[in-house]
Amino acid sequence: MNNNYYNSDDLAKFGNIGEFQKEVADKFFGWYGEVFKDSALSAKEKSLIALAVSHAVQCPYCIDAYSSDAYEKGYSEAQMMEAVHVAAAIRGGATLVHGVQMMNKVKDIAM
Amino acid sequence: MNENNDSSILSPGQRPVKDSMNSLKARHNILADAHEQIGILEHGANHDDAFRLAPFQQKLGEIGLYPLHPTGIEIFQVNMGKMCNQVCKHCHVDAGPDRKEIMTRETMQLCLDTLKNSPVTTVDLTGGAPELNPQFRWFVEEIKKSGKHIIVRCNLTIILANKRFNDLPGFFRQHAVEVVSSLPFYTADRTNRQRGDGVFEESIKALQMLNAVGYGKEGTGLVLNLVYNPAGAFLPPSQTMLEKEFKTELMKNFGIAFNQLYTITNMPISRYLDYLLQSGNYEKYMEKLTAAFNPAAAKGIMCRNTISVGWDGFLYDCDFNQMLDLKISCKNSVHLSQFNLANLNKREIVVNQHCYGCTAGAGSSCGGAVDP
Repeated sequence: MNNNYYNSDDLAKFGNIGEFQKEVADKFFGWYGEVFKDSALSAKEKSLIALAVSHAVQCPYCIDAYSSDAYEKGYSEAQMMEAVHVAAAIRGGATLVHGVQMMNKVKDIAM
Repeated sequence: MNENNDSSILSPGQRPVKDSMNSLKARHNILADAHEQIGILEHGANHDDAFRLAPFQQKLGEIGLYPLHPTGIEIFQVNMGKMCNQVCKHCHVDAGPDRKEIMTRETMQLCLDTLKNSPVTTVDLTGGAPELNPQFRWFVEEIKKSGKHIIVRCNLTIILANKRFNDLPGFFRQHAVEVVSSLPFYTADRTNRQRGDGVFEESIKALQMLNAVGYGKEGTGLVLNLVYNPAGAFLPPSQTMLEKEFKTELMKNFGIAFNQLYTITNMPISRYLDYLLQSGNYEKYMEKLTAAFNPAAAKGIMCRNTISVGWDGFLYDCDFNQMLDLKISCKNSVHLSQFNLANLNKREIVVNQHCYGCTAGAGSSCGGAVDP
């Protein structure tokens, strides 16, 4: 371990997780590859979804990988930022919609 | 004044075609020197071996391809000169309006003599902007007489750069020339960032002019292919997918039709090397290229069926080697004047670290992906 929890060089080492447990790693990478193939959704569309989700889960490795991938696949800066706003809006909305629970509770106990 | 000797590219009063950038040579940039570039490719940005990759020769050796030999010359690619009306940021030729190196009619005659009785099927004309060579039309007409298929790598904006070029689409049609044109993206932002302000808009007009005479239209037999280059430090996406997108978007927004899209990887030489170094992307880009080494792309690498001719008649394995001044390694056949097909077909192709650019991912050639 070094002094940083995150190191950008570690992204390239992702494939090495099989060193400690090969069988499930192989399954994961096989599944991962299938998920991102052109299918009912195009590989390009999936890249943008991955970019948005990367921001929602705030994974720096994923943001690194899918910022490059989405841009390489041809999304513009504005399109990519709008995708991030979608993630942010859902995250913000997810917090805010719980306000209804709060209101319900307060209304239950208030005179 | 004889119009053919008119060295000014632009109509009077017209703004320079985009971007005030000059060639590396005009800027006296150290990267204008091919030896400096090779030093960087072999020993890192500071020539101190702090950054080194597996030698390309070794990589070819691992798959039984070293030394690399030709499969037989089919394509005769002629670089008609370094003069260009554009100054694209990724140009491997370091072309621009300030470059004066252009092929003479005598050297073109040597090309024509060589083409006679040769098994070459295709003559691929490139530059710079080949149309800026005053002998361009004569050369095309003469090649046509030999019955060879002709490709012109037309940068599109040249058609609008001066009224004397406005009839190029008709000239191309008359000689059934295949037109291959760079359009790095179907939107203005990415295109102009790479090729200069306003290039996208003029390229669109030029494409519409080519379409108007039948290029890219079904049933005309007039082929118009487009070239995609990444506008940045990354590799091209899938050629098949991107072609679909280009076709949809160009038709929807501008009514433009074309035949095929070629995705081409940027080679880490000349102005693109300068960009990589200036932007701090050089090492990562080279690592990306080497990590994506594809044996199938290496087997189909274009230097195996292509010969490249420089503006001065010297022979090279490809246009990239030409720009790195890596002359062909072939006994008694290094210049058109001594062209010896048998010897050339037995030669060892000169490779170096830049060759990783042609073997990465789906591979890259002047005809696009090698292993799509």
